[in-house]
Amino acid sequence: MAFQTIQDLVALAQNQECAIWQIVMETEEKERGIPGDELLREMARRWQVMLESIESTGVQPSMGGLVGGDAARVARIVDEAVIGRVPAKVIARALAAAETNAAMGRIVAAPTAGSCGILPAVLSVVAEETGAGTTEVAHALLTAAGVGMVIAKNASISGADGGCQAECGAAAAMAAAAAAELLAGDPVIVAHAAALALKNLLGLVCDPVAGLVEVPCVKRNAFAAVHALTAAQMAVAGVQSVIPPDEVIWAMHRIGKALPEELRETGRGGLAVTPTGKKLAAKIHDAVDQA
Amino acid sequence: MGYSVYDIIGPVMVGPSSSHTAGAARIGKMALNILGKTPVMATVLLHGSFAATFKGHGTDRALVGGILGMDPDDLRIKNALEIAAEQGVMVRISAADLGDAHPNLAKIILQAEDGERVEILGASTGGGKIVLLEIDSFPLQLSGEYPALVCIYSDQPGMVAKVSSILAKHGINIAFMRVARRAEDRMALMVVETDQPIPREAASKIQAFTDFYKVKIIPPVV
Repeated sequence: MAFQTIQDLVALAQNQECAIWQIVMETEEKERGIPGDELLREMARRWQVMLESIESTGVQPSMGGLVGGDAARVARIVDEAVIGRVPAKVIARALAAAETNAAMGRIVAAPTAGSCGILPAVLSVVAEETGAGTTEVAHALLTAAGVGMVIAKNASISGADGGCQAECGAAAAMAAAAAAELLAGDPVIVAHAAALALKNLLGLVCDPVAGLVEVPCVKRNAFAAVHALTAAQMAVAGVQSVIPPDEVIWAMHRIGKALPEELRETGRGGLAVTPTGKKLAAKIHDAVDQA
Repeated sequence: MGYSVYDIIGPVMVGPSSSHTAGAARIGKMALNILGKTPVMATVLLHGSFAATFKGHGTDRALVGGILGMDPDDLRIKNALEIAAEQGVMVRISAADLGDAHPNLAKIILQAEDGERVEILGASTGGGKIVLLEIDSFPLQLSGEYPALVCIYSDQPGMVAKVSSILAKHGINIAFMRVARRAEDRMALMVVETDQPIPREAASKIQAFTDFYKVKIIPPVV
């Protein structure tokens, strides 16, 4: 890849006096033969799927029956939410996409299905607040992809390998970078937004009840989305991560390796083995045996 | 190989899990592509994490959806079991110990109306990516990301040369090639992954050679 690290992305963008998304686009064209306009058209297509997935009305109950209906609950109170209209919308939309995913609806894995609510929730709200159109959103998606590609290459984006920090953490870093792309467009700010978001989700375990993508995954999407918005807002205000982005990714990689297998998607640790977690898992597996 | 933009902002898929749903659908579709015709009977054996959580992840529906030709983003996957019944495809799903090649493993046995049968072993390696580990108990590594040609023939000198010369005549560039043997009957399997789609007549010319028993074009699923 033309860029191996976030630092490469920033340096390449600064040298060419362009945005990070343009470096990502050029790399895809050079290394995978995907012309820039085709890449942007496909990003726009996938964005439409993301927009559908964050609709909170009419979401079905999940396959395991553990989640569903929370997106609608939050969507109803957006206008009088003490946390504020913008964060409340981010919460409702992240819940909606994650609930849609849990009910076998259509989503865009970004970077995974388990973390599919974070990027669309943050990017859609920031796009509305800034009046950004589909083209700018497609650019921001490429910036998010660049950050995700670096994390995937130098650490992991799999819960089984690196815990939820590798899925929702990576998604939060991608969402923060995408939001900063729309809000500021400066490669340095984008890089710090990603670092700030990832830095504060380090160590997040993957402990799914009954091994499903429901509890605590759906609600974690909402928390990580607001978290990403916070990181983007701080970075745009000029707050910088003292630890450089690539070193935060390096730390996440080592923490992932240090996490015991019980806390990496096996459903044998953390919330999954609480009394209620085990009771729910038993109920679901019983339902399976009778089927 | 590395990650592309489409690996990170994607795949577009039916949830809930990239490996247990999207990957499973792709394994099912690979089985269908290898059979090359509509099956009337499908046996699906689920191993490890696939077996432990298939109901909650819809892995059974995704595998059967793939067997019926559905892609990972097809909303009908959720009702694939009912659709199979409607289409008269007999489906049997059960858990099984398929060895320890991978926690997310499925064996699929498909049978067509004319009696043709194919057996594949596939693993879902995460992010919706898969790898086929066996076709008719021949070991191989097929990712489903490139057009592929699978040939089963009696093991003897010159067979690789025959295949590669025909592909070359049709301007087909070989990206990966693997040959594997089955000890018990001296049969061999050749898997060729190419950069260009493989035209029908190339496959039929290869099929025309003596001692080639199965020649199948397998379209990519990723």
